[in-house]
Amino acid sequence: MATSKTWDMRVLVALVAVGLVAPLFVYPVFLMKVLTFALFACAFNLLVGYVGLLSFGHAMFFGFAAYVAGHLAKVGTVQLPFGFPGLGWVWVTIPLPPLTPELAILSATLVAALLGLIVGVIAIRRQGIYFAMVTLALAQMVFFLCVQAPFTGGEDGIQAIPRRPLFGALPLSNDFVFYYVVLAIFVAGFLIIYRTIHSPFGQVLKAIRENEARAISLGYAVDRFKLIAFVLSASLAGLAGATKAMVFQLASLTDVTWQMSGEVVLMTLVGGLGTVFGPIVGAGIIITMQNYLAGFGEYVLVIQGVIFVVTVLLFRRGIVGELIAFLGRWQAGKPDGQSELTGAGRARPAE
Amino acid sequence: MRWSMKILAAAAAMCVGAGLAQAQYSDGAIKIGVMNDQSGLYSDLSGQGSVWAARKAITDFCKTTTCHDKIEVVFADHQNKPDIGSNVVRQWFDVDKVDVVVDVPTSSVALAVNNITKEKNKVFLVSGAASSDLTGKACTPNTVHWTYDTWALANGTGNAIVKTGGDSWFFLTADYAFGHALERDTAAVVEKSGGKVLGKVRHPFPGQDFSSFLLQAQQSKAKIIGLANAGSDTTNAIKQAAEFGIVQGGQNLAGLLVFITDVHALGLKTAQGLVLTEAWYWDTNDANRAFAKEFAAANRGNHPTMIQAGVYSAVTHYLRAVHDLKSDADGAAVVAKMKAMPTDDKLFGKGSIRADGRKVHPVYLFEVKSPAESKGPWDYYKVRATIPAEEAFRPLADGGCPLVK
Amino acid sequence: MFELLGVSPQALFGQLLLGLINGAFYALLSLGLAVIFGLMNVINFTHGAQYMMGAFASWMLLNYLGVPYWGALVLAPILVALTGVVIERLFISRLYHLDHLYGLLLTFGLALVTEGLFRREYGISGLPYANPLPGGINLGFMFLPWYRAWVVAISLVVCFGTWFMIEKTQLGSYLRAATERPDLVQAFGINVPRMITLTYGFGVGLAALAGVLAAPIYSVNPVMGANLIIVVFAVVVIGGMGSIMGSIVTGFGLGVIEGLTKVFYPEASNTVIFVIMAIVLMVRPQGLFGTPK
Repeated sequence: MATSKTWDMRVLVALVAVGLVAPLFVYPVFLMKVLTFALFACAFNLLVGYVGLLSFGHAMFFGFAAYVAGHLAKVGTVQLPFGFPGLGWVWVTIPLPPLTPELAILSATLVAALLGLIVGVIAIRRQGIYFAMVTLALAQMVFFLCVQAPFTGGEDGIQAIPRRPLFGALPLSNDFVFYYVVLAIFVAGFLIIYRTIHSPFGQVLKAIRENEARAISLGYAVDRFKLIAFVLSASLAGLAGATKAMVFQLASLTDVTWQMSGEVVLMTLVGGLGTVFGPIVGAGIIITMQNYLAGFGEYVLVIQGVIFVVTVLLFRRGIVGELIAFLGRWQAGKPDGQSELTGAGRARPAE
Repeated sequence: MRWSMKILAAAAAMCVGAGLAQAQYSDGAIKIGVMNDQSGLYSDLSGQGSVWAARKAITDFCKTTTCHDKIEVVFADHQNKPDIGSNVVRQWFDVDKVDVVVDVPTSSVALAVNNITKEKNKVFLVSGAASSDLTGKACTPNTVHWTYDTWALANGTGNAIVKTGGDSWFFLTADYAFGHALERDTAAVVEKSGGKVLGKVRHPFPGQDFSSFLLQAQQSKAKIIGLANAGSDTTNAIKQAAEFGIVQGGQNLAGLLVFITDVHALGLKTAQGLVLTEAWYWDTNDANRAFAKEFAAANRGNHPTMIQAGVYSAVTHYLRAVHDLKSDADGAAVVAKMKAMPTDDKLFGKGSIRADGRKVHPVYLFEVKSPAESKGPWDYYKVRATIPAEEAFRPLADGGCPLVK
Repeated sequence: MFELLGVSPQALFGQLLLGLINGAFYALLSLGLAVIFGLMNVINFTHGAQYMMGAFASWMLLNYLGVPYWGALVLAPILVALTGVVIERLFISRLYHLDHLYGLLLTFGLALVTEGLFRREYGISGLPYANPLPGGINLGFMFLPWYRAWVVAISLVVCFGTWFMIEKTQLGSYLRAATERPDLVQAFGINVPRMITLTYGFGVGLAALAGVLAAPIYSVNPVMGANLIIVVFAVVVIGGMGSIMGSIVTGFGLGVIEGLTKVFYPEASNTVIFVIMAIVLMVRPQGLFGTPK
C-alpha cells in the first residue's frame, strides 16, 4: 500500500522525466517561463495553502529580486543610501564588477529574503483579509520604490541583461543549456518546499492554519513559525523572479505590479490551493494561455476572467484538488481502498 | 517528432535552394509579425488597424510586382508589457520563423524587441514606439524607426509654439521614462529657441485627476502648459483644463504626444485649438483619403493613425528590399538594403533611411479644428506648418548612435 | 504673506478644495463597497467595473436614446443596479457560505470579463461626454467649476442619506439584523435573500452613480475603474471594513491628503494611501471607525 508521500515522489519523478525531455518538443524559453512561474506559485502556495495566509503582494519579492539580479549581472556597482539623524542622506557606493549569473541570482534571493523578513515582521501580526491588505500596501510601496529608484530604469526596466556562462563554464546563452539549469533550480526549490511541508515544522504550520488558538495554547511560538514560513516563501519567490530576469534578460515593472500578485493567486487557485502539485499545473495552464492566446488580442482578459469565475463556482479545489478528490472517491469505492490522497491534497476548508 | 520534421524540412529546403536561386527565403515564406497593444491603452491607435495595414501593404505590393507566393502576417498582443513582448518575439524568431517584427508601440517593449532582433539578426520596423533612443544610443543595424519619435514631436511642437510667442512653459509630465524623455527633449528645444521653462510637475502614471496639477500649472503663470504624457492621461488633462478654464485664463495647452484617436475621444469642442505634431494625416491628399476610406470600412469606421499608416509604408519598403535581394535570411543585410534604397510609397511619398535607422520624411504641425470648421467625424486637423524632412528629426551626429561614424 | 514650504496659502486652499472634490468620488465609491461588505460580507472587486458601467450607461443613454445627463443621473444607476441584481442571483449568492476570498476572486473575474467586453465593443481611447454645467466661479484663490461643486454637493447628500437610511431607519435595522442573524430575521417573515439581493443592487447603483458623475470630467473608457478599485478598497480598509460613516469620512479625508501630496511630493500621490493603510492596519487593524470583532 502506497502512502501519499511515495505517491508524491512518483508524480515528482514523472514530472522531472517529462521536464527532461520536454525541450525536445516544446520551445525551451517558453518552458523556462512556465518553470519560473511554477516556482513562484509554489512559493506562494506554501504560505496560502499551508499557513493559511493569503498574501496579495507577493509580486514585490518576485519583481524586486528580478531587478536586483538584473542590476548585479549587468552593472554590478551598488549604491546604498544611509540616513543619519541630523546629517541627511549619504550615498555609499560599493564598487562591484558585473556579477556572474549564479552570484546575481543568489544575491537577489538573499535580498528577497531580507525584504521578506521586513515585510513579514509587519504583516504576520494580522490575519485574513487584513493580512492581504497589509501585504498589498507594502507591495505598492515597493512598486513606488521601483518606479523612483534610478537603478531600475523606470518603466523601461533593465534591458539586455547579459547571460554569462554559469560557474564560468556552462554557456547560458544556449537556451537548451539554460533550460536544464532552470529545471534544476525549480526542482531544488520544489524539494525545499516539499521538505518544509512534510517536516515537523510543516506540521506545526498546518496546525496553525487549522486552529491558531490551539497551536498557541500548545505552546508554539506561532509568530515565529509564521515568520519563518513567510521569509522562506519570499526567498523562493525571489529566486523565481531572479531566474526569470536572467532568462528573459529583462527586469520590468510588470513583475512588481499588484496585477502580478493577482496572477499568482489565479495560478494557485486554478491548480489547487494547498496541493503540492496544483501551483505547477496552474502556472502551466495560465502561462500557456497567455502565450498561445496572445493572438486573440482583446479576448485574453475576458477568457482569464471566465476561468476565474468558473473555477470559483464549479471547481473550487482547483484542478489538482478535484483530481485528488476524485481519485480518493474512486479508491474509497474499492474494497480495501484508502483515501490517503485526499489528506495530502485537501483544499482549504470552506469557512 | 516536430524537431525531426523540421530538420527534414530544412534539408529539403536546402536541396531545393541549391537548384533555385529563387528559394532563398528562410522557411520558404516571408513572415511578418505585427506586435502591438491589442487590448490596452494603445489598441485604437495601433492594434488590429496595424495588422490590417500590414496586410494591405502586401496586397498592394503584389498588385504591382511579382511577389513571393508565400507572404504571411501573424500578430500578437504585448499588453504593453516588455516581458510578454520579448517572450512572443523570441518565440516568433526561434519557432515560428518570423522574419520581421513591425509596429510595437510602448517604448519599453520596443527596446526589448530591439535587443532580441539584433541578437537573432532579424528585422525590426518600429512604427508605434516613440523613444528616440531607438536611433540613438540603442540603435542597431537591424532596426528601422519609421514614423515618428520623441525628438521629432518635441521639436515640431516646441519650436512652433515658441516662435508664435509661447515662450514660457510649465510641464505636466507622466512620471515614467517615456514622459521624462518627452519633457527633456521639449525643454531643450524650448530653451534653444529662446523660451523659458518655469517649472514642472510629475504625476503618477496612469493618472485620473489632473486638476491639482493644472492648478499648479496655472499658478506658475507660464504661457504654455506642455503635456508630456500619452493616451488617457493626455485626454483627461485636456478635458479638465477646459473645465477649469485654463485656456480662457490665457494659458495654452501643448499636447506633446496626441494622436487623432485622442482627438476623437475628446471631441472637437474640448480639443479645438490644440496644437500638435504628427507625421501623417489621412486628409492631406487623394491617396491618403482613399487609404483611409478602405481602412475605415474594415475598422469600425475608425480612421488610420500615423502609426497604422507607418506600418503600411514600412512593410511596403521592406517587401521591396527583400524582393530586390531575393532573400530575407540576413536581417542586417535586409536593413542595409532598405537604407540603400530610397523609400517611396503612396502614403509617405519619397524619403530615405539614415545610417542610424531613422526614416526621414516631412512632419506636420496641426491645429485641431473648431466644431464649426469640421465637416464631420474624423475631419479634425488643419495644417499649420510643414517641417521639411531634413529638419524634422534629430541631426544624425547628435544621437550618439554607434553606427554613425 | 507667509508661505508654507514654498506654497502660498491661496494655492493651498485651492488644493484642499480639489482634494475634497476628489474625496467625494472616493466617498461614493467606498460607500458602495462598505455597504456591500458590511451587510453581505462580500468583497466586491467588480466595483470598479460597475463604476465604469455607470459612465458608459450615461453615454449610451445620451447617444442611443437621447437621454440627457440629468435623466442619466437617475436612470443609469438603476440600469447598472439591475445588472448587479442579476450577478448577485446568478453567481454571488452561491458563495455566501464560503470564505471571503472566494467572493473576492469571483468578482475579480467578473470585473475582467466586463472590462474586456466593453473594450471589445468601444475600444480603449475613451468617449467624449459633454459637461452639463460648464463655467464656474472665481473664488479668488482658485476657479471652481460649477460641475465640481455639484459633484461635492450630490455626493454629500447621497452619502449621508445612505448613512441615515442604514443606521437610523427601520429598513436599515432590518438590514443590519439580517446580516447578524439571517435565520432569525427570516423567521420574522422577512425575505432575507431578496433583501440581500437588493442591497447588492443598491451598492452597485452607488458605484454607477459615481460613474455618471465622473463621465463629464474623466475619460469614459473601459479601464477607468480598474486602477481606482484598489485605491477605493484601501479607503474602505482604512475607514474600517463595513463601517458606513468610516468610509464616508475616510473618503473625503484621503482625498484631501492625496491632494496635499500632489503639491508636496506629486510622484507619490498614488502611493500615499497605501502608506496610510499600512500604518492604520498596524496601529488600529479594525480601521479608524471600525469596531474590533
